[in-house]
Amino acid sequence: MDKKHGSKLRKIIQICWGVLTNAYVKGFIAGSSTIYTGPLKHFCVPGMNCYSCPGALGACPIGALQAVLNSRHRKFPFYVIGFLMTIGLFLGRFVCGWLCVFGLIQELLYMIPTPKLKIPERVDKVLRNMKYVMLLVMVIALPLLYRNEYGAAKPFFCEFVCPVGTLEGGIPLVLLNDQLRPALGSLFIFKTAILTVCILASIFIYRPFCKYLCPLGAFYALFQKVSLVKLDVDKSACVNCGACARKCAMNVDPSKTPNSTECIRCGECLKSCPTNALRFTCAGKKIGNKTNIGETKNEEEGN
Amino acid sequence: MNQKIVSRIIWTAALLLALGMVVFGYVSGEAETVFSKAVNICMECIGLG
Ligand code: SF4
Ligand code: SF4
Repeated sequence: MDKKHGSKLRKIIQICWGVLTNAYVKGFIAGSSTIYTGPLKHFCVPGMNCYSCPGALGACPIGALQAVLNSRHRKFPFYVIGFLMTIGLFLGRFVCGWLCVFGLIQELLYMIPTPKLKIPERVDKVLRNMKYVMLLVMVIALPLLYRNEYGAAKPFFCEFVCPVGTLEGGIPLVLLNDQLRPALGSLFIFKTAILTVCILASIFIYRPFCKYLCPLGAFYALFQKVSLVKLDVDKSACVNCGACARKCAMNVDPSKTPNSTECIRCGECLKSCPTNALRFTCAGKKIGNKTNIGETKNEEEGN
Repeated sequence: MNQKIVSRIIWTAALLLALGMVVFGYVSGEAETVFSKAVNICMECIGLG
């Protein structure tokens, strides 16, 4: 991948993907707002994207997972887990860096020019485990085990945590539909508070939801070491200068752990490497042309 | 057998398993469960629970 154009290309792909997967324009028309009900809703999108977003064309995998676990027969969710495994085996957390709307929104918020917050390493390490707790407890265990007195289950993560649903579904639907407004209550206030914290935190911390809370990122992280798309270090070229680790906003040191569970494959570290030691690979084969990249670097330096 | 070949075999087996799960889930009606949840406004998701 061309170093100079890598970030721009990623932003373009993130935006195009977001628009493409939320292209149900009719949903955004005030007064007659409704969600898409066509056959594409049988299928999940790879990233976090609420299926109650007025524009959403596909299903959210985390919502879908809970929907199957909540169903009367408490079935093992073969369909959704199989889908997530397939995506994980090919892409791992590349999805987070390139194909997730909520990831993009957090990145855009982080671009607001303010002093940025550095979370102490020990606190950060503990907080990073919370996303696995979210996956195991809020997405799987509670929806599977809990039933109210009428036998109805709850999608715990969607109901009590997910800021994506509030941002993409709740707020637009409430703004576009008068009929929904009388139903607003304490849950909406609670979820709006969670969303507000996420939005504010995203201005000062790079992708806080992705780092600490996202159960989907946690699931894909399990495939990071076996996925087809990987990051590779040419140990003979690496001079251990630490430039890549300083550049990485996810706090990964790709020269030591190129396939860290926290790497979202954004490619920013590639640009910072003075010796071109870092490469994306697909099934073990390098992506991009080293000669071109070297030339781009020279051009940038004015050589 | 070298390690690369072993990991390729395991990766392919995992992919076949994953695709098998998708097909099995689809034919056993899980996609319909997903569909019926996704085409109705999810009150829990939007915070009206
Ligand atoms: S961690 Fe979650 S919200 Fe962040 S990019 Fe990945 S799937 Fe999207
Ligand atoms: S290690 Fe590189 S590709 Fe991974 S998140 Fe950090 S900067 Fe992005």
